[in-house]
Amino acid sequence: MTSPSSTGLPGAGKTVALFATCANDVMFPDTPKAVVTLLERLGCRVVFPEEQTCCGQVFTNTGYYPEALPSVKTYVKAFSDYDYVVGPSGSCVGAVRHQHAMLAEEAGDHGLAREATAVAARTFDISEFLVNVLGVTDVGAYFPHRVTYHPTCHSMRVAKVGDAPLQLLRAVRGLQLIELEFAEQCCGFGGTFSLKNPDVSRAMVNDKARHVMDTGAEYLVTGDNLCALNISGVIHRNRGGVKPIHLAEILARTEGGNQ
Amino acid sequence: MTATEQPRRDKDGRLTPAPPEWTTRPAAPFPEAAVKGLENQVQRANLRHATGTIRAKRARVVAEVDNWQDLRSAGEAIKNRTLRHLDQHLVTLEESLTKAGATVHWARDAADANRIIVDLVKATGEQEVTKVKSMVTQEIGMNEALEEAGIAAWETDLAELIVQLGHDFPSHILVPAIHRNRGEIREIFREEMGVYGTPAPEGLSEQPAELAGAARTHLRNKFLRTKVAISGANFAVAETGTLVVVESEGNGRMNLTLPETLISVVGIEKVLPTVEDLEVFLRLLPRSSTGERMNPYTSMWTGPSAGDGPQDVHVILLDNGRTNALADPKGREALRCIRCSACLNICPVYERVGGHAYGSVYPGPIGAILNPQLRGVENPIDKSLPFASSLCGACNEVCPVKIPISDLLVHERHRVVEEKKRHQLNQFEPAMMKAASWVMADHKHLEAAGTASSLAGKLLPIRTIGPLPGPLSRWTQNRDVPMVPAQTFRQWWKENHDERA
Ligand code: SF4
Repeated sequence: MTSPSSTGLPGAGKTVALFATCANDVMFPDTPKAVVTLLERLGCRVVFPEEQTCCGQVFTNTGYYPEALPSVKTYVKAFSDYDYVVGPSGSCVGAVRHQHAMLAEEAGDHGLAREATAVAARTFDISEFLVNVLGVTDVGAYFPHRVTYHPTCHSMRVAKVGDAPLQLLRAVRGLQLIELEFAEQCCGFGGTFSLKNPDVSRAMVNDKARHVMDTGAEYLVTGDNLCALNISGVIHRNRGGVKPIHLAEILARTEGGNQ
Repeated sequence: MTATEQPRRDKDGRLTPAPPEWTTRPAAPFPEAAVKGLENQVQRANLRHATGTIRAKRARVVAEVDNWQDLRSAGEAIKNRTLRHLDQHLVTLEESLTKAGATVHWARDAADANRIIVDLVKATGEQEVTKVKSMVTQEIGMNEALEEAGIAAWETDLAELIVQLGHDFPSHILVPAIHRNRGEIREIFREEMGVYGTPAPEGLSEQPAELAGAARTHLRNKFLRTKVAISGANFAVAETGTLVVVESEGNGRMNLTLPETLISVVGIEKVLPTVEDLEVFLRLLPRSSTGERMNPYTSMWTGPSAGDGPQDVHVILLDNGRTNALADPKGREALRCIRCSACLNICPVYERVGGHAYGSVYPGPIGAILNPQLRGVENPIDKSLPFASSLCGACNEVCPVKIPISDLLVHERHRVVEEKKRHQLNQFEPAMMKAASWVMADHKHLEAAGTASSLAGKLLPIRTIGPLPGPLSRWTQNRDVPMVPAQTFRQWWKENHDERA
């Protein structure tokens, strides 16, 4: 439903189902809240289908296919009625697109695979949705800080969000974007990788944290809070002072706004 | 020293330097083996520098080719097509090789292949052979099998020679001594060359030219003396029976032309149907591997040719698990690999731990999928390898034959887990996953879990979690974790937003 005041806004007439993702729901609620604020400001009607749970990738990526299947079914059930599903995680969106149909096929459920493919095609990371679907890069945000951006592996290589996040960041008023050295190298989180290969993971994240601290930025921006948690965990331990923030939380802030 | 010197034995009575201990006893699973690599600061610095340099070079020369993505697709398609009808192509290859005057042998596994090789060398009466870089002979442990039979096998690729004289094992597909720096190489040459052949010259410095000169003299005396050479092949063309070796030093060519007998050990996945198919791979390979537009030496030979080069030519076609991989329609994709090593050079895990941690001649991302395919997922090393990746996906993008390495890693993980469940091993993880799966099956379960965690967020007066005990200590050893918030998003939505939606 579009209120009269929102006609003419890029999101006017669009209903967006928010896929909060399980980690953001429980651990980083400010991020999905920011997505709501942002999308509504752009004129979208936001709904939150409460049947939703998780993308299931922690199961899939650890080799537990049957255990991942309930997540696929739940996802399809929760979101199949919507034209747009938007989530604040390149990783989870990537898993929906890249793994759901495969899991259904592996389980021999071709019907589910077909449905999963259809819903996945309408699932977007918040950055792509803004740039590629709504066609906006300037979302009217104001964030007067020095930031650096880490393009998380799954945003970049699975969801393939491209430079959408950078386009959005460059349009934020007051924001100074500092380039991150070795930006495209993995932070070493990798879900259960950090538990199964803790020493290697530590070596990777220590390097990443050092590169982030070397930028002298105030904020580390990502499109995936868990990668940021990994990196900022080291930074915090080292009293490095660079704070993690999700892209959506920057985009939701306006000059004089309450966010 | 003269060209007529005879093989001699070292203080342990061996003809060639003993390999490192871990190659002869079971190595540790990846997480443990990785620690050794991580702790080796010199190796880590060498690796960071070397992979960084090759990586940049590769990116530069690949960017020069307009239709690089099409070339990759062509490479993928040719390999897929060939693997689908591998049996027919192998029969054609055998016929062409036989017609060209080569003798073809089939080897089911390592023991088979080594027996054939030892018999062939023994029949010549020689006690020494030279080798051109062949990973497959390392895969089957040929050097050790020959040593046991009283035959010395000498690596002639410069890097392989460094590795062999250093009582070491290759840690990279293409740059086997990548983990060594010049100072270390000089020490190895000074200490070891004289034990097994022509010693290094007095006052040898760390200059690359001097090091290469010492190796050249050392090797030349072996080339001039040995009558048997053993090679691998990058490609084997079925229609003509032509074997192809791609290299950059010319030592391979010495091996392929100087001796009287040439024995080539070739994995059955190396076959290409026609000479035309080569074009695609000779373009993909050098750019992907060393970042060169073209490799310096490409040698092709089709059986013996009268009065020139080796007159007795043998080809051993080796399975050693390849048909296992072939039987798995997904895992089969790993057999497309042309061993260019681009995936190693881009891999952040490999960069930090080095190749030895993978417990195999095939390290890095490709090793993590190929070894479980070839050897199965029963032993502890192969079980651990598919998990030796953060699934960052950098390897997928550089692989010249488009092997979806991360997807295959996940596929192999699935195989490992199924195996685990079948044997009821380590019930902790499966039980955890089952419980978590239950939570995610229904939002009401997730809400309950969310309420519990946000309750903790409400009740505990801390903002950051420091070091934790138990398995989570692995995480909090170097990272702080923020306390969970007092309210989940879901709770907030219900309270603030629901009626507006
Ligand atoms: S998997 Fe691909 S990138 Fe890795 S060595 Fe093989 S061909 Fe090269």
